Amino acid sequence: MDLTGSIKVKNLNFYYGDNHMLKNISMTVEPHQIVAMIGPSGCGKSTLIRIFNRMNDLIPSTRVEGEVLVDGVNIYDKEIDVVGLRRRVGMVFQKSTPFPKSIYENIAYGLKIVGIKDHRILNETVEKSLKRAALWEEVKDHLNKSAMSLSGGQQQRLCIARAIAVDPEIILMDEPCSALDPIATARIEELMGNLKDEYTIVIVTHNMQQAARVSDKTAFLMHGQIIEFTKTTDFFTKPSSKITEDYITGRFG
Amino acid sequence: MKVLIHSSFERTRRRRAIWDRAMVYVLSLCAIGVLFILFNILTHLFIQGITSLNPEFFTNLPKPVGEKGGGMANAIAGTFTLLGLAVCLGVPIGLGAGIYLSEYADLKFAHAVRFMSDVMNGIPSIVYGIFAYTVCVLPMKSFSALSGGFALGIMMIPMITRTSEQFVRMVPVQLREAGLALGVPKWRVIVDIVVPAALGGIMTGIMVTLARVAGETAPLLFTAFGNRYWQHSLAQPIAALPLQVFTYAISPFDDWHRQAWAGAIVLILMVFMINGWAQFYVVRHSRWLSGK
Repeated sequence: MDLTGSIKVKNLNFYYGDNHMLKNISMTVEPHQIVAMIGPSGCGKSTLIRIFNRMNDLIPSTRVEGEVLVDGVNIYDKEIDVVGLRRRVGMVFQKSTPFPKSIYENIAYGLKIVGIKDHRILNETVEKSLKRAALWEEVKDHLNKSAMSLSGGQQQRLCIARAIAVDPEIILMDEPCSALDPIATARIEELMGNLKDEYTIVIVTHNMQQAARVSDKTAFLMHGQIIEFTKTTDFFTKPSSKITEDYITGRFG
Repeated sequence: MKVLIHSSFERTRRRRAIWDRAMVYVLSLCAIGVLFILFNILTHLFIQGITSLNPEFFTNLPKPVGEKGGGMANAIAGTFTLLGLAVCLGVPIGLGAGIYLSEYADLKFAHAVRFMSDVMNGIPSIVYGIFAYTVCVLPMKSFSALSGGFALGIMMIPMITRTSEQFVRMVPVQLREAGLALGVPKWRVIVDIVVPAALGGIMTGIMVTLARVAGETAPLLFTAFGNRYWQHSLAQPIAALPLQVFTYAISPFDDWHRQAWAGAIVLILMVFMINGWAQFYVVRHSRWLSGK
């Protein structure tokens, strides 16, 4: 089977004004893997994840050097359609961001945007996405209620459902559990394991246990550089770098 | 040192307590003053005008001098017409400018437009009337509802620009990013997500503006001009409540004075009604959003 959803970063440098935020990053994310990115605050992990769907474009006076290939195509090419790219690379944010619409409309919105009007398809996709995000049972009787009336954990699963409704190849998660309690966090982690068979997932997290639990590979960033990027089992049991070892044993950071 | 501070603290205790008490009294007196003035205006209005407020007032045209009775039906309809025209001009331009300033404009340009809006808000309303007279009434060679609506409409623009920019800007950046990250073009994010999220504030801004221009007399003096009869097209002079109140109030007839008071009551009630109606929808919508 030919899997899509690979990311290949080659000699990436990212500048914010005069600040050199990401330094000479090279990494490869295989399709249908979960890659976790950890590191101390301000190390550039959020900046790096926002490189993959060109979210940093929104910040003025930023500059990108190097190549980022998604399925072999450089997404920083001048000809790239950024809106189209973002349809293939979905994102879930730290703070849950339900739109000021009903639960149903939140999920259906991404489809309506591309011109799908058929109610049967919309209904099916809404149901499928909510089931996939393990939210269906809780909301199926009040799909017309406002999405903002849901609890924090439900809102975050709604955002995941919204992201998968448009059938992306890659899902980026920027600290998706940092505002959630342990039970809601566990549900989302379980969900990530289930989503892996269809999507590539890149997750930024402050929680090292979470990285160890959910990911196949882990990247450790510091001062805008990748210190170590390897299989998660190796990463936490036999780190090759002294800095990594110090960080995961809690000696700093 | 410690002893010194402590004894000085004890010495001033009484004085501080008195000042504390005094400040609370002064401030609460100011608050009561506000209520007192409003209460006085309203009671005065009702005492003077209530006798002329009968069904006839809402259905009849003004009667000629000397005849008893008559009403302000045409002026009430005229004010609604003028406000409708003003909204058609002021809301789209003001809202559009506000959205542009918040979402697209670079800071320098936004700052310049904001400054101009503040200047425009400070221009006396009669100047808007003169402007509308020059660009509307003179070329059309007639006073008209259109020119009155135009005068009120351009008055609304800077106020609505300011309030809608402010409320659109308050929508969290994360919500915009979430829309864009879903592969939604920027303009759709603005129309479908950002503006609906700011709708409560935007509507409140429009209502406050509408209430302000509803009572304007000066810009209508040489644009809408007033009309003792029903007008048949928007290109003719049109009656308006504030104009009618003004005309009746400076007349020498007691009956007209009473009608002027009644007109003022109706004007206030109209603004109340429009506000209440808009608030009803805004509150209902925000209740639904928060899931209550």
